[in-house]
Amino acid sequence: MDMSPSTIRPKLTARGVNVFYGDAQALNQVDLDIRAHEVTALIGPSGCGKSTFLRCLNRMNDLIEICRVDGDIRLDGEDIYDPAVNLVYLRARIGMVFQKPNPFPKPIYDNVAYGPKIHGLARSRAEMDEIVASSLERAGLWDEVKDRLDAPATGLSGGQQQRLCIARAIAVRPEVILMDEPCSSLDPIATARIEALMDELRQNFTIVIVTHSMQQAARVSQRTAFFHLGDLVEVGDTDTVFTQPVDPRTESYISGRIG
Amino acid sequence: MTDPRQSPTETILASLPRRRRAEARFHFYGIAAIGIALGFLILLIGAIGHQGIGAFSQTEIALDVTLDESVLDPSGTRDPETLSTANYRAVVRAALGEIFPEAVRKRRDRRKLTALVSIGAGFELRELVLADPGLIGRTMRVWVPADDEVDMLFKGVTVRDSGRFTEKQLGWLDRLEAEGRIRSAFNWRFFSNGDSREPELAGILGAMSGSFFALVTCLALSFPLGVMAAIYLEEFAPRNRWTDLVEININNLAAVPSIVFGLLGLAVFLGFMGLARSAPLVGGMVLALMTLPTIIIVTRASLHAVPPSIREAAIGLGASRMQAMLHHTLPLATPGIMTGTIIGMARALGELAPLIMIGMVAFIVDVPQGLLDPASALPVQVYIWADSPERAFAEKTAAAIIVLLAFLVVMNLTAVILRRRFERRW
Amino acid sequence: MAEAVTAGESAPRSSLLAAPEGRRARQVLGERILLGLLAASSVVAILTTIGIALSLLFETLRFLDAVPLFDFLFGLNWSPQIAIREDQVGSSGAFGVVPLLVGTGLIAAVAMTVAGPLGLFSAIYLAEYASPRARSFAKPILEILAGIPTVVYGFFAVLVVAPFVRDSSEAAGFEVSSESALAAGVVMGVMIVPIVSSIADDVISAVPQSLREGAYGLGATKSETVRNIVLPAALPGIGGALLLGVSRAIGETMIVVMAAGLSAQLTVNPLQAVTTITVQMVTLLTGDQEFDSPKTLAAFALGLLLFIATLILNLIALMLVRRYQERYD
Ligand SMILES: Nc1ncnc2c1ncn2[C@@H]1O[C@H](COP(=O)(O)OP(=O)(O)OP(=O)(O)O)[C@@H](O)[C@H]1O
Ligand SMILES: [Mg+2]
Repeated sequence: MDMSPSTIRPKLTARGVNVFYGDAQALNQVDLDIRAHEVTALIGPSGCGKSTFLRCLNRMNDLIEICRVDGDIRLDGEDIYDPAVNLVYLRARIGMVFQKPNPFPKPIYDNVAYGPKIHGLARSRAEMDEIVASSLERAGLWDEVKDRLDAPATGLSGGQQQRLCIARAIAVRPEVILMDEPCSSLDPIATARIEALMDELRQNFTIVIVTHSMQQAARVSQRTAFFHLGDLVEVGDTDTVFTQPVDPRTESYISGRIG
Repeated sequence: MTDPRQSPTETILASLPRRRRAEARFHFYGIAAIGIALGFLILLIGAIGHQGIGAFSQTEIALDVTLDESVLDPSGTRDPETLSTANYRAVVRAALGEIFPEAVRKRRDRRKLTALVSIGAGFELRELVLADPGLIGRTMRVWVPADDEVDMLFKGVTVRDSGRFTEKQLGWLDRLEAEGRIRSAFNWRFFSNGDSREPELAGILGAMSGSFFALVTCLALSFPLGVMAAIYLEEFAPRNRWTDLVEININNLAAVPSIVFGLLGLAVFLGFMGLARSAPLVGGMVLALMTLPTIIIVTRASLHAVPPSIREAAIGLGASRMQAMLHHTLPLATPGIMTGTIIGMARALGELAPLIMIGMVAFIVDVPQGLLDPASALPVQVYIWADSPERAFAEKTAAAIIVLLAFLVVMNLTAVILRRRFERRW
Repeated sequence: MAEAVTAGESAPRSSLLAAPEGRRARQVLGERILLGLLAASSVVAILTTIGIALSLLFETLRFLDAVPLFDFLFGLNWSPQIAIREDQVGSSGAFGVVPLLVGTGLIAAVAMTVAGPLGLFSAIYLAEYASPRARSFAKPILEILAGIPTVVYGFFAVLVVAPFVRDSSEAAGFEVSSESALAAGVVMGVMIVPIVSSIADDVISAVPQSLREGAYGLGATKSETVRNIVLPAALPGIGGALLLGVSRAIGETMIVVMAAGLSAQLTVNPLQAVTTITVQMVTLLTGDQEFDSPKTLAAFALGLLLFIATLILNLIALMLVRRYQERYD
């Protein structure tokens, strides 16, 4: 994909997003665009609201009773907080991978097939097999599990489980994939595999990733957004943010002085 | 300035033996408490086992009965109607007369003699003949139940000179025994008969089937209602004043005395809705109301134990909350729900007070065949027999308790096994 | 946003607001209905409580038409049998509930004298002293005790405990009635042990380890730690456990029906026969009664008293346990 930033229309736009947990404000007036076919990294010290922002993007926060979101978030120009929005459809278009691998305690096959099944994406068993195989393939897991698709997913290693969760997410063919610290429980080798995977997935999907690793952000992302105490401090091309940060807070975080 | 006090070491050292004794004492109290509980349990099971074991055997007397056609079926039509109303008691009397010709001359002696055999003997002959009318005219040896007093005597519960038997009766019994006409056999009647005024004929089939119908009703009502309510409260209900109230209410309801549920049943099911007294349906409905809070509480706990990440994973894929619950949370919570339900059912099986309130304590001979037939239940049977004056009912009471406890053990073991087998640690 | 040109290859998607169609629409409707059913089921528990409260209240009011409230609550004489003719009911004063309250209290007191120490020490042992193996042996004992139906306890009281109490007190030169409060109370106490111990066990186990370590760090022995640190910290929860035990004791029916007496004596001597609220409820309702005879109605009035008393105890107990759990969550 070789498009200059100016020609890319944002896939997701957030304007003036405030999030409250009860009375405590977790995000303060966040404006952020997520561009299609790019990896956007969200970085910042613990508790600054990265996960909160991520979960706003597919309305996962609706599950938290005390959470209130205001502001305007649009997917391809459509307001996703419109009361009439069909949440099922929204989440089918914006998939999510969580910090801790959370496979269903079911066979590997069923894990990947679950999304397509509930959305009626496969018309036959053969088609479903095809979807499962290709999703596992793209998640780089196929060779390891193709002989034991009926084995319980919980028997996989942590890294395999996380790749399974990615396969499960892409099996629905979402447009955007949100990843919340997907590598935090993984060893370097598994991390490297998933990073490679992200770069590849970027061809077909838009990716937003939360990470605590500056190196990871630098390696995988095209754009980086830095959060601090609920504020979006700075956003820009990853190279720029890491080499010439504008805000002093960004600079001290990147150089390891806060966080 | 130095501390004016002496070095504390000596004081502490001096206190150690006393403190060690106090420690040992405290530890001992704990063990003693458990020990007392265990002792009580052993005593209870031992006493009831000792008391009840006798009821599983029954003293029987061998008679050489002649199924005389002129007595049973004078017309010779073999009409079932005639056969079932015939005078089998006379056949029994005649068979006794064969053994003790001298006894049947005097009317009083004759009565004393027939009193040794249960009136159930006649019923059992009737069953034989009805099953195979071809037996009529034949002479054969049958073992019939002895009267309960005889039974007690041979089991050693009562003594010979208790005044319950005349010298003559004792003599006859001795002769029967000497001729090998007395035996102790497994008491299948206890499992195949309903209740009876005659202890030797009384059985628990009626009570078991009443309990069965009541439990089925209870399960059919409380399980779906309880699980659905729990799902709503745990997965869908907003957290607010109202749901707090519901929660407090459920916890409280679980601790309301069971007898109060009986009053509710009496007022609403019998008084207001006019349902039949003594019906297992009503009993089951009352037990269901009583069990409902338990099922709601265990189901909520099981749902709560499923980690939220599973739910989030499904929802992140675009499943609706209902789908996430139906496809993932609920199946994962099922073993816990099953375990809790079985334990709830076990408690309902042993529950008696509410059944008394709704009049399920009548003396009922017939084995109930459906939800609306008058019925008792296992604990009811225990209660009725415990209240009966005949000595032989004491062992029946204990035996009924043994059966009740056996069912409870099976249910609870199933629950334990389910828990062991499927318990998942997250 | 009609002119929306989406980036890359992704085909134009339908609007997020798209109303579900076909299969999906049916599913949404099905889910609506199911959710309604689920919500409706959760109301049943509330309805049960309301049903209990209303039916008890309603019948009690009818009872109070015949017997003045004052006579009922403060009357010292309970003998419903003499109220044969209806016009006699009010004047006879035979529905005075005080002897029943005293009897219920007496038996509950005996029961708690047994269940309190046994339950607490069992809990302390299980939570603080027992090795995992000892625990896996001791806990089932208590669970079995909890699973035994009360009618069985009642029979056991009559079969073993009552004769024992009678013989041993007579040997000691006391006057004993055959259906003493003591026998019923002791057996009831054993029945309540698991209730007290299981809640107290939870409560004690929930006391944070850091508190214990603080005491051990000063050189306290285990029993000193338990007595001076753990128990005071767990006190509200333990209070809740004991209150739930009391609530169970006053609502318990079968043990007293079988092992305690019927005569409404006003005594606090545990060797005498006393009667309880629940015993009288059973007595009033056994035998063929007219549904609205004063005797039947009296059972509802007693039921209301019992319901209110246990309700208050339960609410306080649950509040104590819950408040306590929140503190250390
Ligand atoms: N469910 C919740 N209830 C209440 N407060 C919450 C909840 N989730 C998050 N918060 C609060 O919101 C703020 C932002 O949290 P968030 O999880 O978004 O941080 P984060 O940047 O993802 O941190 P980390 O890097 O540690 O994951 C924090 O102060 C946190 O305490
Ligand atoms: Mg986070």
